Amino acid sequence: MTTIDVGVIPIPHGRGGVRRETYLNIAHTVKSWALTTDHKRIGILYLVTTIMTLGLGGAFALILRTEHLTPQMTFLDAYTYNRMFTMHGIVMVWLFMIPSIPTAFGNFVLPIMLGAKDVAFPRLNLLSYYIYLAGVVWVLVALWMGGCDTGWTFYTPYSAHSPSAVVPTVLGIFILGWSTIITGVNFIVTTHTMRVKGMGWFRMPLFVWNLYAVSIIQVLATPVLAISLAIVGLDHWFDWGLFDPARGGDPVLYQHLFWFYSHPAVYIMILPAMGVIAEVVCTFSHKNPSSYKAIAYSALGIAFVGFLTWGHHMFVAGMSQFDAAAFGVLSMLVAIFSAIKVFTWVLTMRKGSVVLRTPLVYFFAFLFLFVFGGMTGVAVATESLDIHWHDTYFIVAHFHFIMVGGTLTGWLAGLHYWFPKMTGRMYNERWGITGATLVFAGFFLTFFPQFLLGNAGMPRRYYYYNPVYQPLHVVSTVGSWLLGAAMLMTLGYLLVALFAGPRASANPWDSRSYEWYTPSPPPKHNFTKEPVFALDPYDYTVPFPGVGDEADGSLARDPGGAANG
Amino acid sequence: MAEQVVEHFEDMEKQAHAARLGMWIFLASEVLFFSGLFALYTTYRTEHPHGFGVAVEHNTLAWGSINTGVLLVSSYTVALGVHELRRGRQRTSALLVGVTIFLGACFLGIKTGEYLKHFGEGIYPGGVGDFYREHGEPGTKMFFTLYYCMTGLHAVHVFAGMCVLGFLLWKIVRREIGEWAPHPLAIGAVYWHLVDVIWIFLWPLFYLIPGGSVR
Amino acid sequence: MNNLLRGWLNLPPQASTYARSLDLLHYFVIASTMVGATFVFLLALYFLTRYHRQRPYELTSRVKTGVPIEFAIIGGLQVLFLVFWVIGATQYQHVMNAPPGAMQVYVTAKQWMWKFSYPDGSASMDVLTVPLGKPIKLVMTSRDVIHSFYVPAFRAKHDVVPGRYYTIWFTANTPGLFNIECAEYCGVDHSRMLGLVQVLSDEDYRRWLDGRPVATEEGLAGASARGGGDLAERGREVASRRGCFNCHTLDGQPHVGPSWAGLYMSSVRLTDGRTVVADEAYLTRSMMDPQADVVAGYKGVMPTYRGALEEPEVAALVEFIKTLQNTPFAPSMQLPKVVPETQGQPQEPKP
Repeated sequence: MTTIDVGVIPIPHGRGGVRRETYLNIAHTVKSWALTTDHKRIGILYLVTTIMTLGLGGAFALILRTEHLTPQMTFLDAYTYNRMFTMHGIVMVWLFMIPSIPTAFGNFVLPIMLGAKDVAFPRLNLLSYYIYLAGVVWVLVALWMGGCDTGWTFYTPYSAHSPSAVVPTVLGIFILGWSTIITGVNFIVTTHTMRVKGMGWFRMPLFVWNLYAVSIIQVLATPVLAISLAIVGLDHWFDWGLFDPARGGDPVLYQHLFWFYSHPAVYIMILPAMGVIAEVVCTFSHKNPSSYKAIAYSALGIAFVGFLTWGHHMFVAGMSQFDAAAFGVLSMLVAIFSAIKVFTWVLTMRKGSVVLRTPLVYFFAFLFLFVFGGMTGVAVATESLDIHWHDTYFIVAHFHFIMVGGTLTGWLAGLHYWFPKMTGRMYNERWGITGATLVFAGFFLTFFPQFLLGNAGMPRRYYYYNPVYQPLHVVSTVGSWLLGAAMLMTLGYLLVALFAGPRASANPWDSRSYEWYTPSPPPKHNFTKEPVFALDPYDYTVPFPGVGDEADGSLARDPGGAANG
Repeated sequence: MAEQVVEHFEDMEKQAHAARLGMWIFLASEVLFFSGLFALYTTYRTEHPHGFGVAVEHNTLAWGSINTGVLLVSSYTVALGVHELRRGRQRTSALLVGVTIFLGACFLGIKTGEYLKHFGEGIYPGGVGDFYREHGEPGTKMFFTLYYCMTGLHAVHVFAGMCVLGFLLWKIVRREIGEWAPHPLAIGAVYWHLVDVIWIFLWPLFYLIPGGSVR
Repeated sequence: MNNLLRGWLNLPPQASTYARSLDLLHYFVIASTMVGATFVFLLALYFLTRYHRQRPYELTSRVKTGVPIEFAIIGGLQVLFLVFWVIGATQYQHVMNAPPGAMQVYVTAKQWMWKFSYPDGSASMDVLTVPLGKPIKLVMTSRDVIHSFYVPAFRAKHDVVPGRYYTIWFTANTPGLFNIECAEYCGVDHSRMLGLVQVLSDEDYRRWLDGRPVATEEGLAGASARGGGDLAERGREVASRRGCFNCHTLDGQPHVGPSWAGLYMSSVRLTDGRTVVADEAYLTRSMMDPQADVVAGYKGVMPTYRGALEEPEVAALVEFIKTLQNTPFAPSMQLPKVVPETQGQPQEPKP
């Protein structure tokens, strides 16, 4: 076994030693952050911004749930409620979920995982952040102008006639879409062209595969959203009537265009989380994935087949039996790919060396919620059953199980997993596990009752509801407060760790994936010499190279730290 | 300063390859951007064949075809410009790129003329205008709304392409790109070709295909 | 068993002929998928404990899942999902295709009400009256934006789109009242776009057709099926056309405004403390000057119809309300007691 040379500048420990240069301390000016082309700093910029948008979307959620304590007005009027559920969806989907994992964690670790110094187009990367920021600002402007009330789906003809701030809202989303596309282009080109010598496609960490698949979807699907929303904007602002039946238009065609994007969009939201999970499961089981190729290919499978299933949102929108059957069977097929991933992750733990740390607790939460939520997805893909469930709280519960129980849990797993790498500090494990448990409990309490509400026939986007539903709503609301509190608590202890947590070593989890070969936090160019990764990223048959290497201490074991059982 | 290898690439060749790959992927997204509108056109023509047919007759075939020729020639000139740049002929290349931009402007000029003519006849988007008093079929209204939408979006891209080529022309003149690094122009030319190709599809849809019978 | 599961899953009554088979598929899908999910989760928990890390930095061997196992898992799931699909597609076909000879009712949706037109030329608003046990085909369109006609108890739903007609059908197997909900967001009063399907037994339905009030268990004063005719009939038609039923019910259920059931000549308590008798003068004044006598517990949001209603129409309305004098107060539908806000409601229901 050869010693791995990662070219870290050796700096002696102890008093009087020169502090090690990292991407964080190399410059402190505002300009060095605002004009950075360092993918790691851009990742941090995105992380901070997406945490804020998560907070905004979450605040809307809590207000909406609190309004639902009573069947009639609690403290919001109907028009405000309708705008708020719309903006909640828009902020969560486009300002948080779609960017969250790829732009924050993807940006940070992708080049390091490939042994590269940066992404293929660093300046474009910065541009993508500013476009994202412009989109966020514009959506905030739309909010200030009263927000939009059409639902995040903007169905016509209502969206062409709604008295709310439709045009500013769609413009903000339009702008955000270009950020997503640029990020996608960047990641695809980076993966193709910037792998270190000797790293074939099947030597890459699995997170890269998922990012790659996501980027393909982003590049191909997002433009269709852009044009759909542009047309809604034209119809609303100029009354061009492109979906107006009186002028030859077809309102259902809008739905086809919109869902052609929005179904792949949900895979944009879940694939990166699946990538995080793959990394977390292997690291904390100290084991190779039970089938590397299954995870890699299923990511591509989801990306491809995901484009063919949009009609399952339209089973009751006026569809021929043939179309409904075709979309139904394809939707079942795409679920198979997710099932492959789930089984691969679980079987990875078999004959592993499993230790329960916060990221793995989030994996278990993910496993429970994503699998149950995914199964309800198979259920609603069954055409005859969807007739009853479509546009009811059952659907709301289903997609929140996947989006929150899946994506958000994956994001939280990634946040904790890469926290030491990004910040050089370690969070407190007990707070972490407590937080994860409370997030899970709060989530389940919030959304499980909604399946029952949907079964009873309560439609979604309802301001008033039948009073017999009130008990379930109260449970759901209390759950949401618990979830909100747990999220705030998580933010709290992570901030404490950021400023006062113990220093983390290069590889506190004793992982084999390539981002752990650099110190925590990494230096500006990730590696000072071209790295040579002699092992594959999931080879736990041998010790981590660098164990016992005291060259600079930063690769030493984490004393009494997280890698211990 | 002259195009250099950026820090994180090993050499110019890799950098060029990455840039080319990036452009092609971006073009894929541009194609999908337009595809939504093509989907609208296809659906609506199928639903309103007669109305569309009536409307096609009110577009001037001559101007549409001249515009097609203009763009085709412009694609040729920019391709030639790349060829010249690869062979180190900076000035010829600059001239050819300049001609391309000029032809783009001609295209936009002709388009503007067509729009003005339509306005004169009372054909506005959204089914607004006096023209629709005699030709008020929903399909006819939709045809022209789509016409303005799609050719308008295309014109925006022609303008963007002209800006990109203008920027590259400036770089050629200042010798920042040349024989040692011709790929920026090659990539810009590819974008221009896409703009041309999109028009090649718009032209038959809005000028050539006759209407069908009433369903 | 059916009812047990239906109860656990919080499903409504199975009031149409196909509801039960849909529910049986529902149970099968949910049960099998939940069993599978539970198994996966428990397996993971088992691995967590069985293979717990013994020492720090413990190494493991490279273990790959055998291809046969992978294919078995994938194959098994695929078969299960295909079974769901085949049954679902068959049922979908059944639900989406009305049997020949079904009674056709035209449905028009508009913000925020449902209008029904029957084969004999009569019409009703928000309440769809159908006979028990006969297939009913609904031919639906919208006047403005997309709505969705949904009867949870029937497991029936379909979008209602402007410029198009869509059909669904059902055969009701239980007499009674069943909620209609709009299931596609359509604006500020989307959640108030409610209606009722009134399923009447043969005899009751015949009586309803003849125009006599029906003494059903629910005590609903039957809406007359015949248009035209005497003044009270005319009044009903006016009320329907002018949007009175947006706010006033006929079965005693308080809504935006007081119900008309049993109203005539009853004692009414007003917000200012007075108690008056609801005679012809009161009823007329309520239409012309609604803020004058606001009933206690209600907000004064009724618009004035001075100048909007002609004299004969006012008289017709009063006559109609008089016919409801002895209607038993028996609200069976849980309509929310709506207290609308006076803040900027951007779109008034179009009359």
